[in-house]
Amino acid sequence: MSNQHRTATKSTTRFAQAAIEELGWWRSHRFLILRRLSQLGVLSLFAIGPFFGLWLFKGNLSSSLLLDIIPLSDPLVTLQVLTSGHWPELSLLLGAIILVGIYALLGGRVFCSWVCPVNIITDVASWARRKLSLPRTSEIPQNLRYYMLTLVLILPIATGFTVWEWVNPVPIVYRALLFGASSGLWVLVVIFLLDTFVVERAWCSHLCPTGALFSLVGKISPIKIAAVRADACNNCMDCFSVCPERQVLKPVLKKGSTQPLILDSNCTLCGRCIDVCAPRVFQYENRFKSKYSNRIPLKVES
Amino acid sequence: MSKANSKSASVSGINRRQFLATTAKASCVMGMVGLGLTTVATQSRQLDPFAIRPPGALAEDDFLSACVRCGLCVEACPYDTLKLARWFEGAATGTPYFTARTIPCEMCDDIPCVKACPSGSLDHKLDNIDDAKMGIAVLIDEKNCLNYRGLRCDVCYRVCPLIDKAITLELQRNEKSGHHAMFLPTINPDVCTGCGKCEHACVTEQAVIKVLPSHIALGKSAAHDTYQHTEETTLEMLNKGLSL
Repeated sequence: MSNQHRTATKSTTRFAQAAIEELGWWRSHRFLILRRLSQLGVLSLFAIGPFFGLWLFKGNLSSSLLLDIIPLSDPLVTLQVLTSGHWPELSLLLGAIILVGIYALLGGRVFCSWVCPVNIITDVASWARRKLSLPRTSEIPQNLRYYMLTLVLILPIATGFTVWEWVNPVPIVYRALLFGASSGLWVLVVIFLLDTFVVERAWCSHLCPTGALFSLVGKISPIKIAAVRADACNNCMDCFSVCPERQVLKPVLKKGSTQPLILDSNCTLCGRCIDVCAPRVFQYENRFKSKYSNRIPLKVES
Repeated sequence: MSKANSKSASVSGINRRQFLATTAKASCVMGMVGLGLTTVATQSRQLDPFAIRPPGALAEDDFLSACVRCGLCVEACPYDTLKLARWFEGAATGTPYFTARTIPCEMCDDIPCVKACPSGSLDHKLDNIDDAKMGIAVLIDEKNCLNYRGLRCDVCYRVCPLIDKAITLELQRNEKSGHHAMFLPTINPDVCTGCGKCEHACVTEQAVIKVLPSHIALGKSAAHDTYQHTEETTLEMLNKGLSL
């Protein structure tokens, strides 16, 4: 009964209808699919070790060893170890430096949208909100994540151990799958409920200290999304409803904006705005290309 | 500069009062979150007595500050001995441990778990596995030990990788029969590595010999105890005023 009603409304108000008609299904879901493949791909690269004995990556997102040579480690957990007063082995520090280098090159929060498994859960929560047309409820400040980051780095000083790692949701999925430690998954259930029913995009866009750290790393990244055809924008607001960090879109879509690059490092470079935009306003750009490099970005913008 | 500042203020629509209010609120929230997290962490950091850390592990407090919970030691272990702890079980979430009764440490000569550790929570200075101090075996239940009943079980003694050093059989007259000996397994805590092979092999339904973390297994004499080196302590030293 209500099902019929729902399909009726769905056909008239299907999300990003214009983009699907204009660009086709693949072009309008391209980066979503590629991102899911990337997220599951990285997880698989870790999982083929313990499950099939093909050791490409050892360890998990906290710290890993690529091909038994290259160390990679999460900068957040490395900083926590340092603030707790322990001087780690060189490989952990080196791993953190390599990883920061990689993400500084690719765009810091690329980690969030292309690697982090929690993103799948929060994206589903956001999709559920849209489907159920849940009203926007309480708002919390976007910069709360930097307070979280500070807290996470101060707690080891105060207590002497890496407190955040007890509940850090980012490595939990990997630990559950690779090491059978699945009882930590309740943290993800809490995040899903929080994102769906309490605050829209609460975890990834307001609270996560890992994302906050990667957004700082991404400030120097060359890869940005640019509104190259901002004048073609028809104000359909599809990009705003799909963007996990919609505040970053405002400066480039504002009337009379001369700056097409989204320089706010909280942009996760997920590319969903490119997908859902029928007039093809957005695309990935290199910030240092000659047409952008003749001006120094103001502090205000980043 | 000041122009840019005032511009930024008007762009994001934040004035000083709002800024201070938000900062104060956020700090309060963070304070509470911090308290909550610390409580959760301190409540669950007590190590289960049967959860034994891998070889070379730092003292528990230092270990919890160093371990990044990456599981590289677990994947390096060729015998599937090590596990990463789950929530509310054994050890602090995600940290490595093993249960000797299930799979003991096989004491690999090359110590792959320590080599794999990127954080140094397993001390890389450990180069001889015989120096490891994962725990101390304790013959905790003499009543049910077959050797204490006068039998020759000896399994714990036989499986010990440091046989005759970490576990010895001490002869004692068997008063029950009057003309037999009892061979009592006796652990030397200075040598025992805590690998747990004795606990694993113990034939009784519940092991009578168990590996316990050193801080549970060992007592500690007080710092002012003058009799701690009794054999080296001479009468002159005692008379002199005990500057040991």
